Amino acid sequence: MSRRALFIAALAAFSIPQAALAQDIAVTNATLALGDGGAPIEHGTVVVRGGKVVAAGAGVAVPAGVPVVDGTGKWVTPGLFSAVTDLGLWDVEAVDESNDLEAGDSPFNAALDVMPALNPSSQHVAISRAGGVTRASVAAFNGHSIFAGQGAVIDLAADGAMVMKPRVFQFVELGEAGAKLAGGSRVAAHVALRNALREARELAALPAGAARQSDAMLTRVDAMALAGVVDGRQPLYVGVERAADIRAVLALKGEFPKLNLVLVGAAEGWLVAGEIAAAQVPVITMPLRDLPEQFETLAATQSNVGRMKRAGVKVAIGMFTGGNQPRYAPQQAGNLVALGKLPGAAGLSWGDAFAAITSIPAEISGYGGQSGNIRAGVLAPGAVGDVVLWDGDPLELSSAPLEVWIDGVKQPLENHQSRLKDRYKDLDKSELPKAYDW
Amino acid sequence: MLCLTLGLALSLTAQSADAKKKKDKGDQATTAMPYPSTYKPYPGRPTALVGATIYDGRGGRIDRGTVLFADGKLVAVGGADLAIPDGYDRIDAAGKFVTPGVIDIHSHLGDYPSPAVDASSDGNEATSPTTPDVWAEHSVWPQDPGFTRALANGGITALQVLPGSANLMGGRSITLKNVPSLTVQGMKFPGAPYSLKMACGENPKRVYGEKNQKPSTRMGNFAVNRQTWLDAKKYMNDPDADRDLGKDTLVGVLKGEILVQNHCYRADEMALVIDMAKEMGYKVTAFHHAVESYKIADLLRENDICSAVWADWYGFKMEAYDGIPENAALIAHAGACVVIHSDDENGIQRLNQEAAKAQADGRRIGIDIPDAQAIGWFTYNPARAMGIAGQTGSLEKGKMADVVLWNGNPLSVYTRPEKVWIDGALLFDALDRKRRPVSDFELGQPGEGDVK
Repeated sequence: MSRRALFIAALAAFSIPQAALAQDIAVTNATLALGDGGAPIEHGTVVVRGGKVVAAGAGVAVPAGVPVVDGTGKWVTPGLFSAVTDLGLWDVEAVDESNDLEAGDSPFNAALDVMPALNPSSQHVAISRAGGVTRASVAAFNGHSIFAGQGAVIDLAADGAMVMKPRVFQFVELGEAGAKLAGGSRVAAHVALRNALREARELAALPAGAARQSDAMLTRVDAMALAGVVDGRQPLYVGVERAADIRAVLALKGEFPKLNLVLVGAAEGWLVAGEIAAAQVPVITMPLRDLPEQFETLAATQSNVGRMKRAGVKVAIGMFTGGNQPRYAPQQAGNLVALGKLPGAAGLSWGDAFAAITSIPAEISGYGGQSGNIRAGVLAPGAVGDVVLWDGDPLELSSAPLEVWIDGVKQPLENHQSRLKDRYKDLDKSELPKAYDW
Repeated sequence: MLCLTLGLALSLTAQSADAKKKKDKGDQATTAMPYPSTYKPYPGRPTALVGATIYDGRGGRIDRGTVLFADGKLVAVGGADLAIPDGYDRIDAAGKFVTPGVIDIHSHLGDYPSPAVDASSDGNEATSPTTPDVWAEHSVWPQDPGFTRALANGGITALQVLPGSANLMGGRSITLKNVPSLTVQGMKFPGAPYSLKMACGENPKRVYGEKNQKPSTRMGNFAVNRQTWLDAKKYMNDPDADRDLGKDTLVGVLKGEILVQNHCYRADEMALVIDMAKEMGYKVTAFHHAVESYKIADLLRENDICSAVWADWYGFKMEAYDGIPENAALIAHAGACVVIHSDDENGIQRLNQEAAKAQADGRRIGIDIPDAQAIGWFTYNPARAMGIAGQTGSLEKGKMADVVLWNGNPLSVYTRPEKVWIDGALLFDALDRKRRPVSDFELGQPGEGDVK
């Protein structure tokens, strides 16, 4: 069975329990954002049946028998799609025992695969779900190598089965961090990357059972893991910030034409936006960085996303790791809308800003309708039934989800935080200690 | 109410009693004030902001109001009927909002500047668990581009730069005017009291435990603190002791001249710190980070201690596991003091947004905090907890004209500062690209003078 067939089989297996529980629902008369880059639609309706969107728009009729949620005065949107997160990889970021983010002492690198470590019971998952995040990609951090290993795409449904698809991409760190990992310079990082790709190519070309060259530096499983990168089946996410480093990454396609590149970071992307667009390489970035926090981000500006978008680059808001929680995505997108009012700044329209946290990251992650994968991050017929009902404009600071459905299944929004809030709404300890209040 | 007021009374008593002693450490600790501020307000024009929604920082709101300032001071704040004297530049602010300058009580700008390279990483003197002798101002790099972003995007007009939290006693903080300057003295907020940065919990015990030295536990944290305070008291009462920079700071605290800003996350530890302060005879002004303040908001109210908090950070370390987004609202609901802080060179650009999130999280559990009160979380309340509320933090006649004109409601994500005045001088204008500071570091580099 081919790798792709395995993926599809796995997807089907994971999807079955959700589909079995999916409810039919319709949300009516809400302000509707489709996630496709368009402006919000007044008095919109969304219909989900069998776990999938069947219709979304104004003037959509609700089929008989479908339970209706009145969305009057509320907003309805697709679930947020968070690209490049650490969801499910830690309980407490700084508590090593609870944390599977990196494996600095492992002999392996590219073969590392986050899938078996993903923990759907992590509070970080539950809190993100309550924030309207329904799908995400997950990447580990680099341990001792420029290769961080293979990331997965997940859903955040509270059903214990979070992996939609494992080994969706490989992550390689270049730039300042990659230089350090590779032995002290960008030069070394680029040699390490090229050598790894060549070893992967050579291994893939060997007859079964044949010996590898004796000077191979990668372990066999690491070289095997990179085979899909070399032939373009598996996207290569490249952590890189500086304009010159971006150019060096784009140039890799000259040597390895099938590379399926995604830039992660690209703080100086706006300086080379035309080249990124021409290479048709998408970008996942943190949009509000505007400081020269490293020398490789001297030109950082909050207008980076807007300028890249204007140049034709497909840009998603992402990189939700550590303190940068996935539930902050709407705030970040909203800030890009605010930029539109400032002379000299490049912002996004509301629709484009919302797409940057829904359909665009879904597309970059392989869930934009590419063959074999369902669509996510958008309310369109056939897309996953991920729907969020908000108490206001989802990009506004005062708004929050009221209801979240994933694959048409209504999700619990309780978590450790909400239980603490319930307990400490009042501080009355006169009868019994707070430990009895639950 | 303010420990500053109490402290001044105490110090006067101490000075009169000890006037004839050979030396008075209290004088040396604070009143001598070496490295004095050289800040002078920059020139401004008499200005009238007309037609805006005004939040005064102390809970007041005026619709379609007028703010007048001249010669660096606020002249009047009133309604549409307020007369505009001759000679004032009139700015039509209809549909816009005016607040006091934003104040961050917890910043490391300058001490941990951008770029974050080891060569200028100067925020933690992590060589001893108690370093009350170090002063954050001696680490501030005034060319940190972070100051300019805080001004342009955050409307920050004053900030407190603290030493880091590696140490139990990290050293003295410094309060700055957010004005571009060649020297830190040119930023020092005139007359602002010093604070001592203290830290409880994980950081000190981790940093020193890893060096196999005391403290390696929370009980070690307290033991080291208590002994250090006892030694300081002995020093305070010994006129013949050789001068000790660290103990000078601690004596300043014991006399109430130096405030205490105490990094502390957990409710149980804050309660212990409150008792330690009582045992040793000092006052904690604010707990910083304080993600569990909501569990002891009553205790904090009773002890008149502010909580300087994020809106919703949690989970990044064990002692932050119980952080909840309703923290600020629950503290305020209990009648205790809330300050929204950043501890972050990016977060300092959006304190208004963090306050808005925290306000909304309260509203969802039935705690309705008016917009005008939430504005105080990043203006008047930090000023109060930094001991500068007599000079800034609110729009009141005679105070410093530290003012932000926002292009919309500052509690909306769609709003940015349009103009920022510090002591009446226009130091940022989103509509005038040259009215945007560019640090020496950024000259001639990619992105110089960009909108950021």
